[in-house]
Amino acid sequence: MDFDLMITSFPKLLSAAVITLKLLSVSLIAGMFLGLFFAVLRMNKNIFINKFAYGYSYIFRGTPLLVQIFIIYFGLGQIEYLRSTFLWVILKEPYWCAIIAFALNTGAYTSEILRSAFQTIKPGVIEAGKSLGISNKIIFYKIQIPIAIRQSLPAYGNEIILMMKGTSLASTVTLMDLTGVAKYIISTTFKPIEVFIVAGSIYLFMTFLIHNLIKYLEKKYSFQ
Amino acid sequence: MELLAFGKTGWGDELFYATLMTIAVSVTAMLVGFVFALIFTPLKLSKYKSLNLIGNFYTTVIRGVPELLVIYLFFFGGSGAIMYVASIFGYFEYIEINAFITGSLAIGIISGAYSTEVFRGAIQSIDKGQFEAAKVLGVSKFAQFYKIILPQMLRLAIPNLSNVWQITLKDTSLISVTGLVEIMRQSYIAAGSTRDPLFFYSFAAVLYLMLTYLSMKLINRLEAKYSRGY
Repeated sequence: MDFDLMITSFPKLLSAAVITLKLLSVSLIAGMFLGLFFAVLRMNKNIFINKFAYGYSYIFRGTPLLVQIFIIYFGLGQIEYLRSTFLWVILKEPYWCAIIAFALNTGAYTSEILRSAFQTIKPGVIEAGKSLGISNKIIFYKIQIPIAIRQSLPAYGNEIILMMKGTSLASTVTLMDLTGVAKYIISTTFKPIEVFIVAGSIYLFMTFLIHNLIKYLEKKYSFQ
Repeated sequence: MELLAFGKTGWGDELFYATLMTIAVSVTAMLVGFVFALIFTPLKLSKYKSLNLIGNFYTTVIRGVPELLVIYLFFFGGSGAIMYVASIFGYFEYIEINAFITGSLAIGIISGAYSTEVFRGAIQSIDKGQFEAAKVLGVSKFAQFYKIILPQMLRLAIPNLSNVWQITLKDTSLISVTGLVEIMRQSYIAAGSTRDPLFFYSFAAVLYLMLTYLSMKLINRLEAKYSRGY
């Protein structure tokens, strides 16, 4: 065991963990909106809109995240037209490509989580709102969404942890996140076990924090 | 379409073999995972605290650390570890382990952690009376597990195991970083030499979708078979 290496690599890995957290939080926020949007589309009665939303979640859940990142980062740059638009400013940056891929991916999972949460809301709750003369819009924003968010907390907590692990793929498109820096240190020192222990502990610590945050929220917003 | 032609002019046959490789790695990893799950599930369910600790350590660490990091550990650390063991026995030559073995072992350990959780959940949801009845009838521990618990557990575990299979299948794409030629690696090579990444990565996505779709069909059939009588 090379303890010196573990100590010297710790600050480097810690500062890389900040990038991991940045990637995670931005893509989770974007994914949340995408997920909500597509969950609402899934409940639409129009079969085309419904199928479109289903297709989105099916494709993004059925293919590896790595493929999605590569299509966005390497693939989209190939379209000449895109290069001439303002979108190219975003798409030439690996950082934004990774975030777009993560957001689309987590959006697909979030839409499934929210959809099933919406379905578990008892019709009586909505009927009660209607009979009180509350408008459909307010029923949706003030009754359905809060209940759905509370219902989906446990599943969403898992999704956050899965997404945190997913951000490690950003290292494949040259971003130096926690895994990227860990790989760099491993390949320069050839001490995989030491680096794995340090980087793994940082990841585990983040998992632990997320897990407890969700547990706290669940307790705070429980129905009892 | 020319790009997908079989033979020397296109990438069709290469991608076909790469798909077979993805299937082979996934199946091997899943089986390796079952072996790990069979070792660690009893540890997690054991009444001894120290054994529980080992089981929980395995599932927590593997499920909390990114797959890619585990793969790097095996990729960079695998041959070093083997060479270290070999050096104890007086063998000092360089040993390189096959990318297939490293890959399926790494993915297998990851999938094993998920399978362990699935098995644990399934065993815990079996009615306690089943264990007691077996004991009262004097069924041996071995027969109790293989003839009574396992068949009931399988029915409960299959839906969740199908999720584990999907995760495993998608995780194999990460082994491409070690150079094993599966779908992702082959698409990378093809994209590099034809300068058409959009087409090849999209085609890779289609191949993965096909694999997930077909395996879902197969698993649904299996599920129907094991839940006969319910």
